[in-house]
Amino acid sequence: MSVTSESELADVIRSAHGPLSVRGGNTRGMAGPGDALSVAGLSGISLYDPGALTLVAQAGTPLAEVEAALAAEGQRLAFEPMDHRSLLDTSGEPTIGGVFAANVSGPRRLSVGAARDFLLGVRFVDGAGRVVKNGGRVMKNVTGYDLVKLMAGSCGSLGVLTEVSLKVLPVPETSATLCLSGLDDRAAVAAMAHAMRSPFEITGAAHDPAERTTLLRLEGFETSVRYRLEQLRSLLALSGAEIGLLEADASEDAWQAQRDVTAFQQGEGDIWRLHCRPSQAPEIVARAEAKSHIYDWAGGLIWLRMSTGVDLRTRLGRYDGHATLVRASAETRQSLARQQPEPPAVARLTDGLRAQFDPRGILNGTLEEAA
Amino acid sequence: MEMPRPDATIIARKARVVSRLRAALPDATVIDDVHETRAYECDALTAYKCPPLAVTLPASTEEVSTILRICHEEGVPVVPRGSGTSLAGGALPTADSIVLGVSRMAEVLEVDYDDRLIRVQTGRTNLSVTGAVEEDGFFYAPDPSSQLACAIAGNIAMNSGGAHCLKYGVTTNNLLGVTIVLMNGEVVEIGGGYMDAGGLDLLGVICGSEGQLGVVTEATLRILPKPEGARPVLMGFDDNAVAGACVSDIIKAGVLPVAIEFMDRPCIEATEAFAHAGYPMCEALLIVEVEGSDAEIDHQLALITEIARRHNPVELRESTSAEESAAIWLGRKSAFGAMGQINDYMCLDGTIPVTELPMVLRRIGEMSEDYGLKVGNVFHAGDGNMHPLILFDANKPGDLEKCEAFGADILRLCVEAGGCLTGEHGVGIEKRDLMHEQYRPDDLEAQLAVKDVFDPAWLLNPAKVFPLDVTETRRGRSGPVAA
Repeated sequence: MSVTSESELADVIRSAHGPLSVRGGNTRGMAGPGDALSVAGLSGISLYDPGALTLVAQAGTPLAEVEAALAAEGQRLAFEPMDHRSLLDTSGEPTIGGVFAANVSGPRRLSVGAARDFLLGVRFVDGAGRVVKNGGRVMKNVTGYDLVKLMAGSCGSLGVLTEVSLKVLPVPETSATLCLSGLDDRAAVAAMAHAMRSPFEITGAAHDPAERTTLLRLEGFETSVRYRLEQLRSLLALSGAEIGLLEADASEDAWQAQRDVTAFQQGEGDIWRLHCRPSQAPEIVARAEAKSHIYDWAGGLIWLRMSTGVDLRTRLGRYDGHATLVRASAETRQSLARQQPEPPAVARLTDGLRAQFDPRGILNGTLEEAA
Repeated sequence: MEMPRPDATIIARKARVVSRLRAALPDATVIDDVHETRAYECDALTAYKCPPLAVTLPASTEEVSTILRICHEEGVPVVPRGSGTSLAGGALPTADSIVLGVSRMAEVLEVDYDDRLIRVQTGRTNLSVTGAVEEDGFFYAPDPSSQLACAIAGNIAMNSGGAHCLKYGVTTNNLLGVTIVLMNGEVVEIGGGYMDAGGLDLLGVICGSEGQLGVVTEATLRILPKPEGARPVLMGFDDNAVAGACVSDIIKAGVLPVAIEFMDRPCIEATEAFAHAGYPMCEALLIVEVEGSDAEIDHQLALITEIARRHNPVELRESTSAEESAAIWLGRKSAFGAMGQINDYMCLDGTIPVTELPMVLRRIGEMSEDYGLKVGNVFHAGDGNMHPLILFDANKPGDLEKCEAFGADILRLCVEAGGCLTGEHGVGIEKRDLMHEQYRPDDLEAQLAVKDVFDPAWLLNPAKVFPLDVTETRRGRSGPVAA
């Protein structure tokens, strides 16, 4: 089943008798059980105002189409959404709605914010078939409750996005990446924290323990990037690392690999994504006993490859953060929840909201998060 | 502006409610003397006043929980209050309500520079959050103009912005976690010292909910290293539309200024008469500020002035020193005071797409003539957040009503232009009855549904944000639990 208009979608949802498996490009993993319902037909950019840094598109618009339109004006989605296809071995066309439904953000989330921070407005159809609009297309808007944030990352469990309005940013003149070699986990996280405490506006900070390489990205005007590279070099000289430089193209390749976690594409095991306080990351990793791991967001995000079926959450116990099971065998899925179970008080609020927006429970778990 | 008729049965039970609160809390926490409660009868929207039943000033999350639990059991509405600086009447009490002020809760609980965060009690003022970290080279980015006085609790309730949002975002973009107490007294932790709490984005919907979902008692905030320096350039144009086009061109050129401020002729004239900042007399004035090292600033200002020159400015003044920067900002920072010297004023904060600026300013000018009320415009041009200041005489019968009608027309115009009713002040009572202009019934119903989950009895700040006719069946639907 597929729809080509919002009103058609509302009709389908209203008359549904069982669970709906809603999908855009279906690239971010596991559309839930139920009758397949594609919203890819809700497609097209309806407004793009480069001078106001805003774009409005139907939720099913291919991400590539949005990115191409932005590139033509020297702008981009600053939050750098990950492409899940290589990690999850999916195919298909990622949609702009899917990006926001799963709140997918990449390495630059560290400095500019997450996908949800760039979502200015939404239209959606809730589980009762009601069409709802919230937010708008201006950057500052406190008119009523911010359901825009609530929809971002809700994975279709409260409603199906039909239109998104977003903030975009200019593509900087250039980018370059400092590459530190030889640091162990603790030294690398300390070096990243040191760099982040500087005024030099790092837009990516990642560490690959397998290669013992630490990446620090700078973006902006050419003269500014040169200046900050030199400042950072002297700032980090004490770390004892050998410091190299990746220029524009090499820098971009390195960050795309980081964004899409290509290092974990091949091979066995379950893939977890863990959010934590950056300074606690090395200690959390030590407790996890992972087969391999990668740091992003200066340590605030850890990708872990665990032995199949191991419950990372039980192994770690309490810490300030949460872990999501991103890739796992069907068998592991039987025993381990995708999302970190919520404390009872939070779960009651979550359940209450789901019951309000999807009273029949037909959208539950349909567009499950893979981010 | 109407407020719902207070519930006489609650007022009749005042003694009982106050004595229950007194019994459960330290002495100084509960205030019910009619002279003392008068200090809480309004916020910065002083046109509307009403002393509450009583005021509570808790010192801890536990005390907040106790107060809310008792009020919940008694079926008494609660009006949360930060510092009372709301321009929208967000903290305006009703005669049957208990004010819950968090001003005594102002501690810094944790600072962590490696994780770039600070955890505070929410009665702490905005500026003193930066004050706690600035010696170590950090700052808290959202900077509403009331930042000297306004509390983080109110910032979270209103999702406050400020002049530097184009680069740093508003409160919701800088909030990592909260401790929130629900109306039934339950204490809930959401988010923490890490980025992106899991599950539904409850933090996102709590921020900006105007104290209607819970009372936030602690907050974990993102702090940032201070830039090496900042300097503005001032430019004057003889046409609003040209100034608007210049803003668009700067943004399109890939420069991301930290602030772009706009003032129109009435505002420039008032400001000059008051502050003598040496501004050029022209139709539109822009102040554009950039950040970085000296060389980086020079480079960005060169790009900006090159763009400005293409629009034939009548004045172009690039700051080269701290003194010159202060001179450029002087007029802008005294704009509100300058307008206040002329008369009483009402300040709105409707937001529009930046590219609609010339049309909106032209229409506001026409309406100003129709209403016979002067209006000056100050504007965060980078993010489209307008601040029309309508002048009126509070002592002249009918002037306030005329001013409110004019204001409502301006806000309708903002919505029509693709914008919204409020960009940073919040809806409160001020824009409550205009919500129909921006939202259809189903849009509002979806928002009410969220409150139904957090506060099923509709006791928290119930007469705000939504038109009274929409909330009538929900408000006051539960009597006292313990009779």
